[in-house]
Amino acid sequence: MQISNGYNYQDNAATRDAPWVRALFIGVATVFMIVMLVIPLMAVFYEAFKGGWELYLAALVEPEALQAIKLTLLTAAIVLPINIVMGLAIAWLVTRYQFKGKQLVTTLLDLPFSVSPVVAGLMFVLLFGLNSSFGGWLESMGIQVIFAVPGIVLATLFVTFPFIARELIPLMQSQGDSEEQAALTLGASGWQVFWHVTLPNIKWALLYGIILTNARAMGEFGAVSVVSGHIRGETNTMPLLVEIAYNEYNFTAAFALSSLLAGLALLTLLVQQIMTKMQTRKYEKGINRDAIAAPKLVVTPNSKQTVSATSNSTD
Amino acid sequence: MSIDIQNVHKSFGNFVALEDISLKVPTGKLTTLLGPSGCGKTTLLRIIAGLEYADRGRILFDGMDVTDTPVQKRQIGFMFQHYALFRHKTIAENIAFGLKLLPKDRRPSNTDIKKRVDYLLELVQLPTLANAYPHQLSGGQRQRIALARALAVEPKLLLLDEPFGALDAKVRKELRTWLKNIHHELGVTSIMVTHDQEEARDVSDEIVVMNHGSVEQIGSPEELIANPSNEFVADFLDLV
Repeated sequence: MQISNGYNYQDNAATRDAPWVRALFIGVATVFMIVMLVIPLMAVFYEAFKGGWELYLAALVEPEALQAIKLTLLTAAIVLPINIVMGLAIAWLVTRYQFKGKQLVTTLLDLPFSVSPVVAGLMFVLLFGLNSSFGGWLESMGIQVIFAVPGIVLATLFVTFPFIARELIPLMQSQGDSEEQAALTLGASGWQVFWHVTLPNIKWALLYGIILTNARAMGEFGAVSVVSGHIRGETNTMPLLVEIAYNEYNFTAAFALSSLLAGLALLTLLVQQIMTKMQTRKYEKGINRDAIAAPKLVVTPNSKQTVSATSNSTD
Repeated sequence: MSIDIQNVHKSFGNFVALEDISLKVPTGKLTTLLGPSGCGKTTLLRIIAGLEYADRGRILFDGMDVTDTPVQKRQIGFMFQHYALFRHKTIAENIAFGLKLLPKDRRPSNTDIKKRVDYLLELVQLPTLANAYPHQLSGGQRQRIALARALAVEPKLLLLDEPFGALDAKVRKELRTWLKNIHHELGVTSIMVTHDQEEARDVSDEIVVMNHGSVEQIGSPEELIANPSNEFVADFLDLV
């Protein structure tokens, strides 16, 4: 998420809204967010710790809970590197290449957002399930996809696919490729251009995309629910186990796991805040300083000027 | 290094940017490609650089055919209208960029790289800016750093794409005199693109006037002023 540093008309006493307008906006927004976001989140933590620390920890170290945590972490660990590579590749493709069907690629990129997660999960069941020809063939090779970990990974991959590319594409388009062309003229190979020029320029957007991908990968419910089969001790991720526990009136376990997921959400927000602060601080470090004072350009109209070792400072 | 352009032709779809152009660029001189927008001068410059490929024709550097040589291997320095400095690197890192990319056997030591960066900063008269970032510099300063960066790898050919186009008039005048001096001092074959005929007259050893993808006239500024070969040249050089 880009934080712009442009001139802000609300900061300017001449153009800003009347005090009561500002109070109204801030008041309504704050109340809404507290009611819709903060209170439910607090309720999760309250319910989780209601029975005390020991009950909380006991619920988490139960074998099923541990398995669910491990599976969630494993899924994220597989999905994240794949999405980083593919997200970078697609962003590079869309912003640096001209080809027919580029518009189609950009449209397809939004598909996982427009498709309901349940439908996404069902897609994979139909494609890889034992009743399909492809799934049957895989099963004959000893590979089970649906109702097993590979299916969960695939479904998670599908729903998290667009995040990194969608963060990078607008940034790379607005930055343009003249720096990359300059690097080429200085002798850089394709890989060197990417590594030394492109990557440093997109690193914040990339990090933010990774964080979003991670949050979604760990928290995905709908698609994974359809695909996993809810096999206890084997194919339950944390979100799935929360639902199962709650339906069995095992509230402590449900809220304990929920508190972990909620904690992850808060951690994600915290990291994003820190990153934004670091980014604005690095930028402001530059513009708040006075324009760099440098010796005035010494130029004589005639040719044959030799540069002296010490430059003259004028004015 | 002498440049020989032979029958270069380039179209973008239905638009013919360069119409079978042939041209020789003399060694050590500053040659300007001058013409109105759309005449093909930037396209020709980029083809010489290797940033574009011609549809037909050959480019020779010192008699050697470089038409199929990739841009990285052509030993050129390129200056862009909007500087294209690496925004997340310091000025010193920008200048050292090309040197750090050299293969191990040709790369100078870090001390030698630093010495070269310092020498170039002195050359462009900005010795105090080594640790600044591009966004802290004015446009004129950025363009001077861009020149230092292009010169760092000792190119045989310097290509400038409307280098002063983004600068205000006073800075433009100062910088073009400065560029002329640097060119005299270093003697690198240079090709500059501009649509500003005053700039071309001031700076060039030779001017190539272009229009609609063809060459109208070639000559020194004095020759063109004395003998414009047709109405277009006379009109464009404000001689009418």
